[in-house]
Amino acid sequence: MPDDYTGAGGGRLAENVMHFARVLRTAGLPIGPDKVVDALRALQVAGVRRRDDFYWTLHAVFVDRREQRHLFDQAFQVFWRDPQLLDRMLQLLLPQAGGNAPEPEPPPARLAEALAAGQAPPAAEEDEEDETEVEASLTWSAEERLQTVDFESMTAAEQADARRAIARLKMPVKPLATRRTRPDPRGRQPDLRATMRQSLRQGGATIDLRHRARVQRTPPLVVLCDISGSMAQYSRMFLHFLHAVTNDRDRVHAFVFGTRLTNITRHLRVRDVDEALERTGRVVTDWAGGTRIGACLHEFNFRWARRLLGQGATVLLVTDGLDREAGEGVAEEMARLQRSARRLIWLNPLLRWSGFEAKAGGARAMLPWVDEFRPVHNIRSLVELADALGGQARAPRRQTA
Amino acid sequence: MNDETVRTELPESIDATVDLLNSGAYVADRRLATALFLSLRMGRPLFLEGEAGVGKTEIAKVAARTLGRPLVRLQCYEGLDITAAVYEWNYQRQMVEIRLAEASGEVDRERLGRDIFDRRFLTKRALLQALEPEDGVAPVLLIDELDRTDEPFEAYLLEVLSDFQVTIPEIGTIVAREPPIVVVTSNRTREIHDAVKRRCLYHWVDYPDAERELEILRLKAPDAPAELSRQVVAFVQELRQMDLYKLPGIAETIDWTNALIAVDSLSLDPAVINDTLGALLKYQDDIARFDSQQVNDLLQRINAGVAASSNA
Repeated sequence: MPDDYTGAGGGRLAENVMHFARVLRTAGLPIGPDKVVDALRALQVAGVRRRDDFYWTLHAVFVDRREQRHLFDQAFQVFWRDPQLLDRMLQLLLPQAGGNAPEPEPPPARLAEALAAGQAPPAAEEDEEDETEVEASLTWSAEERLQTVDFESMTAAEQADARRAIARLKMPVKPLATRRTRPDPRGRQPDLRATMRQSLRQGGATIDLRHRARVQRTPPLVVLCDISGSMAQYSRMFLHFLHAVTNDRDRVHAFVFGTRLTNITRHLRVRDVDEALERTGRVVTDWAGGTRIGACLHEFNFRWARRLLGQGATVLLVTDGLDREAGEGVAEEMARLQRSARRLIWLNPLLRWSGFEAKAGGARAMLPWVDEFRPVHNIRSLVELADALGGQARAPRRQTA
Repeated sequence: MNDETVRTELPESIDATVDLLNSGAYVADRRLATALFLSLRMGRPLFLEGEAGVGKTEIAKVAARTLGRPLVRLQCYEGLDITAAVYEWNYQRQMVEIRLAEASGEVDRERLGRDIFDRRFLTKRALLQALEPEDGVAPVLLIDELDRTDEPFEAYLLEVLSDFQVTIPEIGTIVAREPPIVVVTSNRTREIHDAVKRRCLYHWVDYPDAERELEILRLKAPDAPAELSRQVVAFVQELRQMDLYKLPGIAETIDWTNALIAVDSLSLDPAVINDTLGALLKYQDDIARFDSQQVNDLLQRINAGVAASSNA
């Protein structure tokens, strides 16, 4: 390729574009050397007489996601007003754009507290809780006891054991048939192409029919997990469960919510559970605060539902239904969520109390819209949940108007 | 529109691209024209993302029409596979061929194999048609709503999009003599893999501003009274500021205007809005949100705005 990228700036232009690409890369856009070459070619093709043409030419090459537009715009304004500003601005740009989170980072102390294991509840409370558990645990082996002990009253060692058990837990979701097919002697569709090839191998004398069958695929699983104060003990444990599930199968999307909704799917994909939870902790700013169920569900419905629930997704909603806003707007959002999902399962830790009634405003508003309502407070209930999810393919879809 | 359009040369500049799109009755903003121009000149696929109804598919159609090229459209869906998108063998004819060979007493297997997998028996689907057009004119290939397919198909597309070639095991690699003009669209119901995007030039197609939308209405709904068009555009632009599940696209604006013309309304009033809102909003929740009070308020606001702008 010729090196005369002649525009207004002659040879300097190529250098500046390269510089600019580096700024964008530092700011987090995935820009490789191939893109720089592309950009120079594009500029050569488009000409750089007009500033907006220049802008949109670079935009077409460097940006490939809507979310990047804002960043590109900022970088462009800063860089092409005065390239000399680069070094100084780069310093300013770095802390803001270096990570994936545009928000300021939460204090690590809070994060450590939120994620630390063995932060046992105050002693008095623990004693009260134990009374009901201790008696039962006498007759059970250690492992059995671990299965039914409440997450809330676990000791640090027990929690560690529980985490290990959860990590072993698989989620046997029944697959759905897709439109794709693969060769299968027991399949139902004739595979004419394979038949023809087979026939030719024998000189066309006989035609033995070969078959194909539908490829099976697990449907997406979307988890919305409440991490507000009242859920603190459970949500921590549930995140371990989520991490195990996310790394066990594809198409799992995980969100947490308290006062706002955060997508943590990408952070949970990290293999190491401690690192995954630490990353999660870094992006979530509303640990152990209040709950705005209606607003968070609205956010999910509005921004994510159409993108994630398309292919027969199951939605797990993990919350105790205690809503700071007394259930305002919850019913409408739940109704919409149920309509968009294949199956909506509500996991509620409060359900372990036999006398539990959905008295809170939030819980009352949610109840009519769920397909299934389950307790989730110990490992046994998680195992039961996994079994229930496994049976979902045969469970008839509820009837809706 | 006539099918006999003569093939025209690619535009020489961004301005020429704007003119070209305008000549095809597409009111393009300069950003889009820039992206399209680069795609044409650099021979790169153009990746268009945006909400439904903002005119992504239309761009491919207009490009085909104004450049005098056939349009080959591949509508994507989940589970789309090679036999539906690229090629399929014509098995009936192949079997007949085998029987004929038998009848003539010829059992040279090698030769039979060559004859059976001959191009005569190849049924071309959209992608292969685009690479090997019947009449030799490189077409505009529209890969519509790529987000509806699954990852395996995306991966398959990589070869097509970067080298404009497909491989058929029995025949070999088929390379396009002249690469087609490729437009890929996505409604963004899910994220498309980076590897696909890297081979394309990217443009996010936004909702138009009021001025451009009015221009579009003038072209697409020429029977609408000017006053009505202005009101419609102002109303739709207001709706797009609201918190709706599905914001109305340009297609909806045009639909609604035509609906209003069909019921003979010369200007917007609350009753007619309530009757025709279904042409504009496609979710019951969205429609249910509008009580008559809200419609009145909105109408008053835009009428004030329209009056102010026509005085100015």
